[in-house]
Amino acid sequence: MPSDPLLAQHVLEFPGGYTRTTGPVVGRFLSELRGRRIVGVRTKEGKVLVPPLEYDPASGEPVTDEYVEVGPAGTVTTFAWVDEPLAGHPLDRPFAWALIKLDGAGTALVHAVDAGNPKALAAGTRVWPAWSDHPTGHITDISHFVPEVTKIVANVRAEYRLQAGGALRVFLEGVERGVFLGGRCGTCEKVYVPYRASCPECGNAIPDPIELPDTGTITTFAINNLPDPRAPQVPFVSAYILLDHADIPMIALVGDVPAHEVRQGMRVRAVWVPEGERTASMANVRWFAPTGEPDVELS
Amino acid sequence: MANRCAVIGVGQTHYTTKRRDVSIAGLVRESALRALDDAGLSFADIDAVVVGKAPDLFEGVMMPEAYLADALGAAGKPMTRVHTAGSVGGSTALVGASLIQGGVHDRVLVVAYEKQSESNATWALSTHLPFSASLVVGAGGYFAPHIREYMRRSGAPGHIGTLVAVKDRLNALKNPYAHLKIPGIDQKMVESTPMLWEPIRYLETCPSSDGACALVLSSESKVTGTPAWVHGTAMRSEPIFRAGRDTVSPQAGKDCAADVYRQAGIADPRRQIDVAEVYVPFSWYEPMWLENLGFAAEGEGWKLTESGATALDGDIPWNASGGVLSSNPIGASGLIRFAEAALQVRGMAGDHQVDGARTALGHAYGGGAQFFAMWIVGREKP
Repeated sequence: MPSDPLLAQHVLEFPGGYTRTTGPVVGRFLSELRGRRIVGVRTKEGKVLVPPLEYDPASGEPVTDEYVEVGPAGTVTTFAWVDEPLAGHPLDRPFAWALIKLDGAGTALVHAVDAGNPKALAAGTRVWPAWSDHPTGHITDISHFVPEVTKIVANVRAEYRLQAGGALRVFLEGVERGVFLGGRCGTCEKVYVPYRASCPECGNAIPDPIELPDTGTITTFAINNLPDPRAPQVPFVSAYILLDHADIPMIALVGDVPAHEVRQGMRVRAVWVPEGERTASMANVRWFAPTGEPDVELS
Repeated sequence: MANRCAVIGVGQTHYTTKRRDVSIAGLVRESALRALDDAGLSFADIDAVVVGKAPDLFEGVMMPEAYLADALGAAGKPMTRVHTAGSVGGSTALVGASLIQGGVHDRVLVVAYEKQSESNATWALSTHLPFSASLVVGAGGYFAPHIREYMRRSGAPGHIGTLVAVKDRLNALKNPYAHLKIPGIDQKMVESTPMLWEPIRYLETCPSSDGACALVLSSESKVTGTPAWVHGTAMRSEPIFRAGRDTVSPQAGKDCAADVYRQAGIADPRRQIDVAEVYVPFSWYEPMWLENLGFAAEGEGWKLTESGATALDGDIPWNASGGVLSSNPIGASGLIRFAEAALQVRGMAGDHQVDGARTALGHAYGGGAQFFAMWIVGREKP
């Protein structure tokens, strides 16, 4: 507390608080609020004042005794953002003081809007009241306003149990041993890798798998500048690699060479993870790396 | 011989990054009502509804057609959903047209849409199933190697892609529905944007859009308003993995084009077609499809682009609307091509109208460049 004896704190507060006699008009408004309804009053000119006033500020005439339920939603006409709320403010987090024209009202009401950040608000933003738990007949019966619900989050999740069977199992068991298994169509003689049970061209069954070398040629590639959790770094090269003796390229990562030194026609060999770490998965192939052989001329 | 079919109504939403003000149902209805209004009809005049969109994983709404029946006035009517990946908008129009051409219905409402802002297409296209080690990241990651191969084979200079990126965006400035509006776009601006999937730069890719497009198709006896007549329709597909498959100029695309040209009596597409709306989601696909669709000889497509022939004031304008490079609600993107082709021959394309357009090509492709859908529409009856 102050160390300067000539500096003192002084509080001026009427014990128990002042009373305010509402009069019939404001009293009606607050009574309706206690019932979680918002009403305005109609002036002789037909305008609906919200909150109601006893006398029309435009003409000085008494207002009529016609009360009109408005809102509860309304539209922000303008607002001021409060970054650092003060002790007496209705919210303890950043919020907006806003002028809100409730639906059916002829005037705008000042109230707090809890919008998270100022970008969530604009003139025209639709807002709805958040009511206090125990209304007493006070303007704070509306705790604050919140923006209208315009979207929801739908957490869609599907869980599958994937069983690698048939041809894929054959191929992955090969990969576990460190070999690529392909298959030659008995009709068109094209060699497919990974091994598959039928030829996509002829539709015929493909007989037993054959072992293919783990060397091949890059036919084409992309240099990816977008990060991917499965790639060692950015940029990374994803390439079409035509394994020797195969008729269809595989897509795989290229490594051990700077991205911009990768070429179409470059000779590459699979880099396998050490034997002890191998599983029945393409993760066994770390990437393909240049062999140093001369490039193949592509047609 | 098939019955005659005409496009009598076209409706589009304004394509944009996020349509936060409408649900998916509200979005498709907006396009449907505009198409019906264009045709001077109401839902009561429609016999059947065909809906198209790309993978359900894009919005996470499974079988959306069931939920959209109310919004499209389809209660008590046949409703069909079409899915052929990116080409689906085109395929949807063709399924609708076949219902007219086959004499099953007199008026069919065709609607396609995507609300890309509900998730992220690159995520949805890169789900990384177990056991595979595919390092393809999104559509750009898939198509970049094939573009590189095109550049190698054709010897096209590196700036061709930027020419298309600029041309289509300049066209978009004339299309009130287009999403990307980049006043002052030029080659330098495109070249200054980063390589995402080299050789594809940021501004050489399509945007992610929310939007819907709708057509009203009619039999000859029920035509209202201004018709665009369907002169030919064709779809082709091929497996994504097939030995010897040409991923630069897929056979399915060539076969599809040959079929639709034969039906429409087109021997020389460059000269007989006045305007083409072709699915070009990455700028290099313009020269690639110019060759695949027979507008240029193999290896020569880039020269046509470079000469300015495909610009709005060229002799064979491609994507006068701004194309997929300017608006890409994926499921609708193919249908927008078909719709814009119809608008051109109806003389209703507004500021991007190609003067005197009488014959137009609408084209869409999808998957790993493995699904193709095309139609030729004309001002005169076939």
